[in-house]
Amino acid sequence: MSKVEIFDPALCCATGVCGPSVDPELTRVATAIFLLEKKGYDIKRYNLGFEPAVFVENQEVNQILHEKGPDSLPVTLVEGKIAKIGAYPTNDELAEWFGVQAEELAEKTKPRLTIDLKPSK
Amino acid sequence: MFQSFDPKMIVNTKFLFFTGKGGVGKTSTACATAVTLADKGKKVLVVSTDPASNLQDVLEVGLTNTPMAIQNVPNLYACNLDPEEAARAYRERIIGPYRGKLPDAVVATMEEQLSGACTVEIAAFDEFTNLLADPAVIDAYEYIIFDTAPTGHTLRLLQLPTAWSGYLEENTHGASCLGPLSGLSEKKQVYSSTMDALSDSTKTTLILVARPDESSLLEASRASKELKEIGISNQALIINGLLQSYLPEDKISSSFYKRQRNAIKQMPNDLKQVVTYSLPFVSYSLTGIKNLRYLFKQFTMPATETKNEGKRITLPGLNKVVEDFSVNNTRVIFTMGKGGVGKTTMASAIAVGLVEKGHKVHLTTTDPAAHLESVFQNSVLNEQLTISRINPTEEVETYKTEVLSKVSSELDEEALAYIEEDLNSPCTEEIAVFRAFAEVVARSEDEIVVIDTAPTGHTLLLLDAAQSYHKELARSSGEIPESVKTLLPRLRNPKETSVVIVTLAEATPVLEASRLQDDLKRAGILPKWWIINQSLYATETKDPILKGRAQAEGSWIHKVTTELAEKCVIVPLMSEENKGYDQLKTYIHATHYLSKL
Repeated sequence: MSKVEIFDPALCCATGVCGPSVDPELTRVATAIFLLEKKGYDIKRYNLGFEPAVFVENQEVNQILHEKGPDSLPVTLVEGKIAKIGAYPTNDELAEWFGVQAEELAEKTKPRLTIDLKPSK
Repeated sequence: MFQSFDPKMIVNTKFLFFTGKGGVGKTSTACATAVTLADKGKKVLVVSTDPASNLQDVLEVGLTNTPMAIQNVPNLYACNLDPEEAARAYRERIIGPYRGKLPDAVVATMEEQLSGACTVEIAAFDEFTNLLADPAVIDAYEYIIFDTAPTGHTLRLLQLPTAWSGYLEENTHGASCLGPLSGLSEKKQVYSSTMDALSDSTKTTLILVARPDESSLLEASRASKELKEIGISNQALIINGLLQSYLPEDKISSSFYKRQRNAIKQMPNDLKQVVTYSLPFVSYSLTGIKNLRYLFKQFTMPATETKNEGKRITLPGLNKVVEDFSVNNTRVIFTMGKGGVGKTTMASAIAVGLVEKGHKVHLTTTDPAAHLESVFQNSVLNEQLTISRINPTEEVETYKTEVLSKVSSELDEEALAYIEEDLNSPCTEEIAVFRAFAEVVARSEDEIVVIDTAPTGHTLLLLDAAQSYHKELARSSGEIPESVKTLLPRLRNPKETSVVIVTLAEATPVLEASRLQDDLKRAGILPKWWIINQSLYATETKDPILKGRAQAEGSWIHKVTTELAEKCVIVPLMSEENKGYDQLKTYIHATHYLSKL
């Protein structure tokens, strides 16, 4: 079973909802990780703002930070090896690493019927 | 009518919290109590938790967040839990060890993340609970007296242990939006023991301080209720600044006296259940150890007569401010200053003045304790004038709904619940209020926006937030509302934005306003006008106590006009409380007759 670690930039919270604007990318990643964790897969996430020690101790990550600076975050490690730099893994990538269906990481398990009466802005 | 407040009789718990609306005399009564107890040989620590603390002004000594002995008062110690300082220390604790280990640019992003308003609030709270839970501090003093921030802030501070404990209990996904509080779970014990001490009536007394006026008593009643709800039930009320007598032939003196008595008669019912004491209106300034010692002796006059120095200063009235904004087409106008100086009334009067000059105006308040509806008395509004209010609770709800509606079509219920959990973090409030603030400023494209801001500490946090969010936004990939993008450039442009500092001609409001002005200048904002409000100096009172106060105002008016204000106007203390659209106009022209003096 794969082991995936994601090293976030300094964030207020993992979902990004308490930042000055809501970043849909963060919401997607947070949800996907949440669902994977729930299924028992080995995926971890570290936030530079709260857990800087991990960023110092991990040789791979530390080296990238020294070479490329803070813009290299987020960094993703798969089995301890660099898999992605400067962007979060897509759901397809996550699905491939863990051998699951990408749909399972985003789509609703219970489809809901919604009727939207108000035109969206 | 009420028993006089005397600490020797009343104080019987270790912790004493003084709270109330801005300008009611919390710091002075807290310090006078501390000095009296210390004079009796008790070891006392007085602590300020107000982001815009006046403790150093009242004790006339510089303070830090470490307790220090106060000269000339054996047994008295004081410290100031400055939230900004606490936040700085907190940041350094987290980041310090990584300097040199991580590249500088990386460390800088950590620093930025830990610079938001949320960190400031949490760090201050953390320091407050540490103090309350530290046996080394607790055992060292017989009494610990807290001089707290204006009510809104105090409530927040005292509710935080409940809010965070609740959040920690319900939080199922670990260290998510604990923001800078990631280590918080370990401290749960400390927070709950803080809460236990606060709600133990043998340990803690809450002393509500109020002026004998309607809004101040209403605020005290609100605070009393809310604090009872979180278990702080051992409460007492001090009505501060009660006139003992009046001159029947003096209009100012008699109407002032009658207004006070009326307000007390109409005091909210639940407040009548609280044990109430009074302190007299005094003609001297309640700063400095000597004057503090006078207060509980019920002296109303100073030991030595202040001489009327030099020539009378004459200043223009509020109409000058209105004309200036009208002619220069200023788009965003802020009123700022210490609590209780009449910011809301001045903001309302400026708004009315501009409407009368033919402008379309939106008036809003960010002060949780302000009541625009009551200022306008529901009088029929001119159609050119609209009013609103930024209410944190409502803004949080709006923000939650907005965020959830954006993602709800893509996520299932469990994942939604996960996002919702983060949204329930107390951090969200800061964001939500900030967004509402940005939106209201954006209205200035179509109309003049007059913003009555909360007391100083809060206002600064808001402006700080504007700066730190601005930086953060530069690298964010999320959707950024247009209003947020244009906020800071707009606030910094003196052609668009103007700040009006409101003060009274007294020590603490002037000193606080002067610090505020320095902070604003650092943020690139230069206040254009100062209003000296509710001035007795600008009236013709003959009442000996009021006249004594008027004379004491002279030197502060001199300081404001010569050292602090670029431009300054004065508004006299009115014999009537002017509420309603038409009545508000009287403030604008109130100073006209003065020039005839």
